[in-house]
Amino acid sequence: MKLLLQNAHIEGIRFYDAYRKNGGYQSVEKAFKMSTDAIVEEVKKSGLRGRGGAGFPTGMKWSFLAKPEGVPRHLVCNADESEPGTFKDRYLMEFLPHLLIEGLIVSSYALGSNATYIYIRGEYAWITDILEHAIAEAKQNGWLGKNILGSGFDCEIYVHRGAGAYICGEETALIESLEGKRGNPRLKPPFPAIQGVWMRPTVVNNVETLAAIVPIINMGGEEYAKIGVGRSTGTKLLSVCGNVNKPGVYEIDMTISVEEFIYSDKYCGGIPNGKRLKACIPGGSSVPIVPANLLFKTAKGETRMMNYESLSDGGFATGTMMGSGGFIVLDEDQCVVRHTMTLARFYNHESCGQCSPCREGTGWMYKILKNIENGQGKLSDIDLLWDIQRRIEGNTICPLGDAAAWPVAAAIRHFRDEFEWHVLNPEESQRRNYGIAHYADPLPMVGVV
Amino acid sequence: MSEVQNFKVTIDNITVEVAPGTTILNAARAIGGEVAPPAMCYYSKLKDSGGKCRTCLVEVSKGSEKDPRPMPKLVASCRTTVMDGMEVKNITSEKVLDARKGIVEMLLINHPLDCPVCDQAGECDLQNLSYEHGSEKTRYEFKRRTFEKEDIGPYIQLHMTRCIMCFRCVYTADQLTDKREHGILERGDHAQISTLLGKSLDHDFIGNVIDVCPVGALTDKTFRFKNRVWFAKPVDAHRDCPTCKGKVRLWMRGEEVFRVTARKDQWGEVEDFICNDCRFHKKETKDWVIEGPSVVDRRSVIAQGHYQGKVGMVKEQPRLIDQVIGKAPKLLMDIHSISDVNRPDVDLSQIEGPAHSDDFEHNK
Ligand SMILES: Cc1cc2nc3c(=O)[nH]c(=O)nc-3n(C[C@H](O)[C@H](O)[C@H](O)COP(=O)(O)O)c2cc1C
Ligand code: SF4
Ligand code: SF4
Ligand code: FES
Repeated sequence: MKLLLQNAHIEGIRFYDAYRKNGGYQSVEKAFKMSTDAIVEEVKKSGLRGRGGAGFPTGMKWSFLAKPEGVPRHLVCNADESEPGTFKDRYLMEFLPHLLIEGLIVSSYALGSNATYIYIRGEYAWITDILEHAIAEAKQNGWLGKNILGSGFDCEIYVHRGAGAYICGEETALIESLEGKRGNPRLKPPFPAIQGVWMRPTVVNNVETLAAIVPIINMGGEEYAKIGVGRSTGTKLLSVCGNVNKPGVYEIDMTISVEEFIYSDKYCGGIPNGKRLKACIPGGSSVPIVPANLLFKTAKGETRMMNYESLSDGGFATGTMMGSGGFIVLDEDQCVVRHTMTLARFYNHESCGQCSPCREGTGWMYKILKNIENGQGKLSDIDLLWDIQRRIEGNTICPLGDAAAWPVAAAIRHFRDEFEWHVLNPEESQRRNYGIAHYADPLPMVGVV
Repeated sequence: MSEVQNFKVTIDNITVEVAPGTTILNAARAIGGEVAPPAMCYYSKLKDSGGKCRTCLVEVSKGSEKDPRPMPKLVASCRTTVMDGMEVKNITSEKVLDARKGIVEMLLINHPLDCPVCDQAGECDLQNLSYEHGSEKTRYEFKRRTFEKEDIGPYIQLHMTRCIMCFRCVYTADQLTDKREHGILERGDHAQISTLLGKSLDHDFIGNVIDVCPVGALTDKTFRFKNRVWFAKPVDAHRDCPTCKGKVRLWMRGEEVFRVTARKDQWGEVEDFICNDCRFHKKETKDWVIEGPSVVDRRSVIAQGHYQGKVGMVKEQPRLIDQVIGKAPKLLMDIHSISDVNRPDVDLSQIEGPAHSDDFEHNK
């Protein structure tokens, strides 16, 4: 089922005329007849959870927004999308810019934001142009500016380009950066809902979250909540990359199984060249990697589904997370050690450097992993890595510390023998990969803790 | 009229009453002694400081009377305010001690450990911290990060290699001076303190960045290598200064003033910021009215039992073992006991006048 991308194939949908002709901006017309509280209520009823990674219920976040008399409030759209493996927001903004603008207008109205910002990843330069064009079109047609549709509500949307730092996707670093400062995450509390941009109450939401407001208003929160299962309501965009036949962006309702998602021709279309599946990172580089034998079935033996609850079933011992929906597939030829090293390098490079465990620990982990990958590791290095990640996790200012620790922890937890093989066979490991070992689907579960 | 109701908070089994809005760290400082978590970045005189180094992490085992749930993660005590009925574990928590050990290790992996040639040795917060909480051996086997030394103005040298990124100097420059030209370049483990385009810092109060720096990254060029701090005798002095309060600490040897710093309280924090004129230009005894020997606090290695009696006073510390059920605290290691130059059996307070290496020779 598609709610966001169902019109993506229509010729010219990127521009106002085609978008409007196909039902665009109806949610704004509908929303302006509702009270702002009623809109927040619909979003609550919809069960929509933040699509930026943490999965926090959007309606609840909106209801926390402080509303002191005489102080402006702001909505900020987080379009920084820099997590390795995640590129769903890019697709949405590139092909359906008006869907995001529409969602932003409704959300701005609901939250009382007269100046709304899109903080976009600096590398998405061409999308900035697309968005600015769409904003200009919306304004020409009376959907932005003063007294929109005679409702008395004024709204402007500004696009602000980041300068290439992953950390500026973290909401408080984003706020600092938007204010023109160095993008260091703030200490919480106070939360942005109380003191955000320029110390004013602020809501920060992901692109996909805000786009989902459009179908929620159009069909009503209750109808939206009927799609999906349990607390995973609505549809979710997934960006698929790695060893699959059909990488790309897919919209799913969260009722299909992981196995179906990878192997069905409707989605990823299976693994190319007849290779076997080794492991998967289903939610962007920060979430734990899971070996194939834990991917399709949970530890309880149930079929693992593509939704928040099922993916995280079993906690970190045997599960993972939905995250931001960056679905990375690794086949039997991939080396987990090398893969983990690459990620460690990324987090080392992207740490803002404010707090000691993350600043120093990420670099340390990367260096150790580089040694192991290059055949210069020691067996004790594996325990040392475990110790370092353990002392980073939970002890930092922002979740980047956790995001750096989890991939290392999960790789060691599930693929320890591959690390050991690297250490014990330094020369062979330079020539070939460890291969599939016992991680593959048809083989029994081994080493599950 | 109703008075503001104080909050009761229990830290390491000791209960104290503090005003609402007090941080856990300051509540612990009100109790004093080892219950106060070490703070490498927080500085009560600098707005927005703290939260970064993570050495002050504590465990909140009970959130408050109203909501007794424990907090899921360790929290930075310097930036977490107390609630009524809160229960906190610092040195009675294995989790805290383990995390702190990890943090100290992280702070040290890229530190040059060049204490023997560092001017800060003997009064370095990192040195103290690692004696107290660190392990003897590092597990880090890689090349340490290094930077070139940089002169930021005629009086201050920046030795970035030693920096622990506490941001104190940034806040000091920001809050004490009107220009914002001292800040941070780059990010992550390649971040560095710098001045705008390598400009020299000139402002009447900029010298204070030296005093707030917990390590030897910012040092006084007019003092560098002239003396070891533990050979110099600290005395409190004042002068009528048109710019600052003129209340300083002189570091003397004989009649010579080697260095002028601000006075620091028992938590190692500056009491009153002083101006550059007092710090860098008034280096003669005749410039000052001497009040008497300084009270040196427990935090400094130079303090350990060596300034008793007539030369100086060490503040009496409550005996923690009597108070805390659980882990007995490790005492600060004494720099005198690990240095060849110094002999632990010499009580500095027994020496008339300032100490010289000669005073230690006859004990060998
Ligand atoms: C290091 C880091 C990077 C992040 N990057 C992004 C990002 O690129 N896009 C995004 O939407 N959220 C990102 N987040 C999550 C945001 O902090 C925030 O939770 C999110 O924007 C909230 O929106 P939502 O409730 O709609 O998901 C990041 C978080 C962290 C810790
Ligand atoms: S966890 Fe890392 S990225 Fe986040 S504030 Fe600390 S140093 Fe910066
Ligand atoms: S130079 Fe000193 S005061 Fe400044 S950040 Fe580094 S350690 Fe802190
Ligand atoms: S003193 Fe609290 S984090 Fe540094």
